[in-house]
Amino acid sequence: MDTLVAAGAVLSLLLLVYLFFCAAFPGETLVSLQSNLTVVVYIALVTALAIPLGLYIHRVFFGEVPVVRRVLDPVETALLRLAGVQKDTAMDWKKYAVSVLVFNGAGVVLLYLLQRFQSNLPLNPGQLPSPSRSLAFNTAVSFVTNTNWQAYSGETTLSYLVQMLGLTVQNFLSAATGMAVLAALIRGIVQKQTSTLGNFWVDLVRIVLYVLLPLSFLFALFLVANGVVQTLDPSPLTSWISPSPSVGEMGATGTGVALGPVASQVAIKQLGTNGGGFFNANSAHPFENPTALSNLLQMVAILLLPASLCFTFGAAVKDKRQGIALFSTMLALFVPAALYCIWVESQPHPLLAGLPIDHTASQLMSGGNMEGKEVRFGTDLSALWATATTAASSGSVNASHDSFLPMGGMVPLWMILLGEIVFGGVGSGLYGLLAYVLVAVLLAGLMVGRTPEYLGKKIEAFEMKMVSLVILIPACTVLVATAVAVSIPQGTSAVGNPGPHGFTEVLYAFASAANNNGSAFGGLTANGTFYTTSIAIAMWIGRFGVIVPVLALAGSLAKKKTTPPGLGTLPTHSTLFVGLLIGVILLVGALTFIPALALGPVVEHLSFTSP
Amino acid sequence: MNRFYALRPTLVLLGIFTLLTGVIYPLSVTAVAHAAFPKQAHGSLVQRDGKVVGSDLIGQPFADPKYFWSRPSATTPFEYNAGSSSASNLGPSNPALRQRVEERIAALRAADPENLDPIPIDLVTTSASGLDPHISPAAALYQVSRVAKARGLAPDRVTQLVYTFVKRPALGLLGAPHVNVLHLNLALDSMVENQPSTK
Amino acid sequence: MSERELTNSNSARRPLLPMPIFKRAVVGAFTKLDPRKMVKNPVMLVVEVGSAFTTVLAISALISGKAEPGSGSAWFVLLVAVWLWFTVLFANFAEAVAEGRGKAQADSLRSARKSVKARRLAEARRDASITEVDSANLTAGAFVLVEAGDVIPGDGEIVEGVASVNESAITGESAPVIREAGGDHSSVTGGTRVISDWLIVKITQNPGESFLDRMIGMVEGAKRRKTPNEIVLDILLAGLTIVFLLVTATLYPFSKYAVSSTGQGDPVGLTVLVALLVCLIPTTIGGLLSAIGIAGMDRMIQANVLATSGRAVEAAGDVDVLLLDKTGTITLGNRQATEFIPAPGVEEKDLADAAQLASLADETPEGRSIVVLAKERFGLRGRDVTALGARFVPFTAQTRMSGVDLNDRQIRKGATDAVERFVTNLGGQVSAEVKKQIHHVAKDGATPLVVAQDNRVLGVVRLKDIVKGGIKARFSEMRNAGIVTVMITGDNAVTAAAIAAEAGVDDYLANATPEMKLARIRDYQSKGHIVAMTGDGTNDAPALAQADVAVAMGTGTQAAKEAGNMVDLDSNPTKLLQVVEIGKQMLMTRGALTTFSVANDVSKYFAIIPAAFAATYPSLGKLNILHLHSPASAILSAVIFNALILVALIPVALRGVRYRPAPAAELLRHNLLVYGLGGLVLPFPCIKLIDMIIAALRLV
Repeated sequence: MDTLVAAGAVLSLLLLVYLFFCAAFPGETLVSLQSNLTVVVYIALVTALAIPLGLYIHRVFFGEVPVVRRVLDPVETALLRLAGVQKDTAMDWKKYAVSVLVFNGAGVVLLYLLQRFQSNLPLNPGQLPSPSRSLAFNTAVSFVTNTNWQAYSGETTLSYLVQMLGLTVQNFLSAATGMAVLAALIRGIVQKQTSTLGNFWVDLVRIVLYVLLPLSFLFALFLVANGVVQTLDPSPLTSWISPSPSVGEMGATGTGVALGPVASQVAIKQLGTNGGGFFNANSAHPFENPTALSNLLQMVAILLLPASLCFTFGAAVKDKRQGIALFSTMLALFVPAALYCIWVESQPHPLLAGLPIDHTASQLMSGGNMEGKEVRFGTDLSALWATATTAASSGSVNASHDSFLPMGGMVPLWMILLGEIVFGGVGSGLYGLLAYVLVAVLLAGLMVGRTPEYLGKKIEAFEMKMVSLVILIPACTVLVATAVAVSIPQGTSAVGNPGPHGFTEVLYAFASAANNNGSAFGGLTANGTFYTTSIAIAMWIGRFGVIVPVLALAGSLAKKKTTPPGLGTLPTHSTLFVGLLIGVILLVGALTFIPALALGPVVEHLSFTSP
Repeated sequence: MNRFYALRPTLVLLGIFTLLTGVIYPLSVTAVAHAAFPKQAHGSLVQRDGKVVGSDLIGQPFADPKYFWSRPSATTPFEYNAGSSSASNLGPSNPALRQRVEERIAALRAADPENLDPIPIDLVTTSASGLDPHISPAAALYQVSRVAKARGLAPDRVTQLVYTFVKRPALGLLGAPHVNVLHLNLALDSMVENQPSTK
Repeated sequence: MSERELTNSNSARRPLLPMPIFKRAVVGAFTKLDPRKMVKNPVMLVVEVGSAFTTVLAISALISGKAEPGSGSAWFVLLVAVWLWFTVLFANFAEAVAEGRGKAQADSLRSARKSVKARRLAEARRDASITEVDSANLTAGAFVLVEAGDVIPGDGEIVEGVASVNESAITGESAPVIREAGGDHSSVTGGTRVISDWLIVKITQNPGESFLDRMIGMVEGAKRRKTPNEIVLDILLAGLTIVFLLVTATLYPFSKYAVSSTGQGDPVGLTVLVALLVCLIPTTIGGLLSAIGIAGMDRMIQANVLATSGRAVEAAGDVDVLLLDKTGTITLGNRQATEFIPAPGVEEKDLADAAQLASLADETPEGRSIVVLAKERFGLRGRDVTALGARFVPFTAQTRMSGVDLNDRQIRKGATDAVERFVTNLGGQVSAEVKKQIHHVAKDGATPLVVAQDNRVLGVVRLKDIVKGGIKARFSEMRNAGIVTVMITGDNAVTAAAIAAEAGVDDYLANATPEMKLARIRDYQSKGHIVAMTGDGTNDAPALAQADVAVAMGTGTQAAKEAGNMVDLDSNPTKLLQVVEIGKQMLMTRGALTTFSVANDVSKYFAIIPAAFAATYPSLGKLNILHLHSPASAILSAVIFNALILVALIPVALRGVRYRPAPAAELLRHNLLVYGLGGLVLPFPCIKLIDMIIAALRLV
């Protein structure tokens, strides 16, 4: 029944958005029916899978025995016993936070060392040298913080061993950390007058064992069936059928084809909103994302867990409408952005105006702006993916965002700048959104003349301080770091494109880092010491500068009494509240970044249309 | 608990998870994949005459007018370097982008001066991976006159061949129409071999 | 109690800004520029620093004849500086006006506090020796004699006497009230005047601690501390200010990069950056925040409610359970005896006689009405009780009955269960017939008062309750706003249910004892409710102390006043409803103006951003959707709008956003529409208008 309600709500919302769009862009500018249907099918798939998965995760969070657990319970017990953890010892927020920090800190050290000793370790068929200190540090922080910013090119920098033992592992653990922190926050909201938030180690083990591993295993096999490679063999040489006399000696007759244990990594990279590609081209690479079908399922995987967690939330607070409201908020911010991006990218490339080129979409070609896009995806799926991967903090790409048209490229940048809360990272997206919910609750509460409260918990000074930190820290990091980078030669010399676009590249880099997205405007040469170091710092601040206040918030909420709802209580599941929440998110995002966006994509766009 | 309460769980769990998700998980996926999908797991390689001539999924360059050309590639140091994928990352307002496209148009025109049709956009732009195995059906059809001329084939026959390789968007909704260049060119070669030219 | 008291007795609006207050506020606006005072308001401190900074820029530009690059002309810099100063002054002015209105009230209160001569009695007898002392030297515990024409020298309890007292100095109500020893009207307030008769008063407060002192302190804002919600809002505003500081600070390097990559124009000028900063930070709410708080306290005091803290006022807005005493709040205070219903075998006259005897010494309105009824029906005259050798047994909340002990018999009247206990203890019982009578009376919503003589029940006196007019509609409004009303009564459950139904309350607590009241409050609180109640008696004190919002009646006992966190000087229990409204209104005003302030920013960006980059990126001019005259006029218009809107909203801050009892969702929709959407849209035409004026006057 609830599922029906949710589906109904989602469908009617989509319909509304669609009608709005038809009205706003009549005639030839209308996004094609096919693009619309693609978005609808996509959202429907995500929703259909997210609801049951969300309910399942709710049971995992609260230790109820799901079917899988009967099989894996002995493993869980053994692991925790070995770790010296008592299952039923709950931690207060400080212990929880310290555990998160120590565990993730150790993860950085391990990943750093693995890279630095790469050349001495086995499973390195390409005999790749160890990456430099600063690059290894950047990569280690990047994967531990769930950012997966890649200042290196995967196939030419890291060995199979490091990709598996280092990157794949952190793909799991960073995702599990995000979900564990969310679990702690949910407990803070649900529990009354207690100081504990659960046990981080138990959460971590259960999330990996019961959610991430089984899902990844199934998904990886599906990907292999579609053509994603999965092997430890060294790369074979292929000879081209038409040797090319015009190119250099090395590429004249053939090429080595990079392979690796790709599918197993891609599965968790998408499910865990990590986004770090095995190859440099990420999910544009035919071995990471070979078909339109693999593309669709990877897109679903990107949004799946962040979307599910909305329903987990609804189940946990025993009011499914709350989860639906959060999910609707995300959708309402996502769908128009996706449709807009799709529309922009389907337009003729203004720089190529006047050349004898056919830009028009037809049964025989995608048309639009195909620079930096794969033919099998066309502009629609590239734009949709770009919006999804930045709405969620995945950052995996199937097209070159740097080559998007100015306003098309602004869409992913905008989704990141909103603070990775439109789906966002697994766990982190929802706890980020909840911070905005509390701001909306504050405004709404005051406007109806009551001390603001959310789900019965009063929002007071301490909560508002933590909420401010959660929202301010990433936003301020983006602004300050970008300002520094465009002011020093180490920052400006790395820019890959002239004019305002170069500025956008820098802004995008720090937006992506501080919000733990990981995608990039790839023209920026980000492997110099300045960028590897500053971006690593931005990623760390953006991750743990948020996690710590979120846990403090959870701890403070847990201590409070719960006020029963009444007529005087502001309903936080209503359309009105969702509207207010969307308004708050857009306003905060817009007010913070309008000047920067005006000097980047907006002016780049306007300069096309005026000489 | 003492002050270092987080230490033992950290070390133990980091170790165990490294083993579990970094070794056991990828190896078991590999094992199952090799048993169930051996071709895909190894890169969907294509052999001709016992020689690996590429992969279903990886594009390769064709400069000879008698072959259908792939899209331009931005990989370095040479085009379609399957060991180092890369996009051009040229911004939409970068004059270098327009210059490169103009050069490409010139090359296409030079190879077939009589063909004055507008050139499909994908044939003059680079892909995101630099390894795009596909071109749009429109881009293939644009090249028919050149290929037919170079091989001395009737354009209609070549057009027909192109249409047999056109893949419509999967599920009718998702993705864009495309043609696998390697498959098309291999078929072209074998067609010519099996049915000697009428010339 | 009348219909009038159910509505806001202060609905007649005071003039917003009388001349003396205006003059004082103008001076105050300047004296408040002292940075040590501004520190309390970070938003406006930023504006002040910005104003000072642009002033320096303006002076140096005027001296050199040329503004710093990117800031246009020296004249433009000067105009921006001037308007930034206006912004600060306007905010200070708003606060000064609010304080001034409070001060005006404090002054009129203070005139009542004039030191008076008091006649201190050596002991609490009228004929005790008298010492003349100054009222300022009266300490708690002293007895004073006050006679007609005297000003009561301090707060206290009447120990002897009955007098009419003019309390207009405190309540503004000119009709004198009766104050008498014992009962609920035994408390007097310093500064009020005895009109007739005399009183012996036991002073209960030391000098400087009286109501008047506390009230003056409160309205003058001297003791005002930030309320919890104000602090929460402050944090949000500080957060926004930090963001916008960074937005404007980073805009400089951003623009420098733009200039170097295009080779055109200058980086954004410092004046422009300061102007942008001031326009973006929430000056509207930041400037009016303290005025809203002071005005809220002021409204409370105009309603004749003295709150011990702003926190209490704010908590009133959160109340969702109101515990209301039936008597005086829901029903008219005086229940009237309307019928004697004798038990089988008892003459009606005998019942009347016993009831009259039991009531002769009973000063309550009910007691008196029995005497009156006995006289009307049977011509029974009042008798001298002492001559009969009778000893009066007063009513207590525990026994819940009263009566007389005569030489040979004990007569009791009271609640059914209390009298039944009394009779049973003496070996008697309440017959089924009588029980039926009791039940019958109770079902009508009247109160059965059972009269017993020794172990024999003589019958029942019907006491009729009269529900106040208009109260039912008021409760239904409350229900609509999510507030549950609970009637507290000593009546039995059947009577209580009947009156509850008639008055339209949500719930009732029958046979209430102070302990039950306390228990019920704790019960509600444990479920997370915020409970408000009124009380006046000493036995209410524990419950008052427990309630979140506790309004003690001004006439109530000292213990009740100490336990509560508000005192209603009108002693009108219905005031609770008004207190809740004032609390809500204060929060709503803050919320509405915050939303308005932030929504304003969108339009300011549209004015300033294209203007700031006019030279570097002329194509950004397309964002100048208002077609503002020139970059300089665009920026100046935004700054002027930002300053003027502060002034325009002062009346809203002082009077508060309109509150009507409605569900939260409805209030939110309304306020979002008016202040959210309004805040988004309104600045566009206003800025355009200001720009047109600037262009017409050729100001820049």
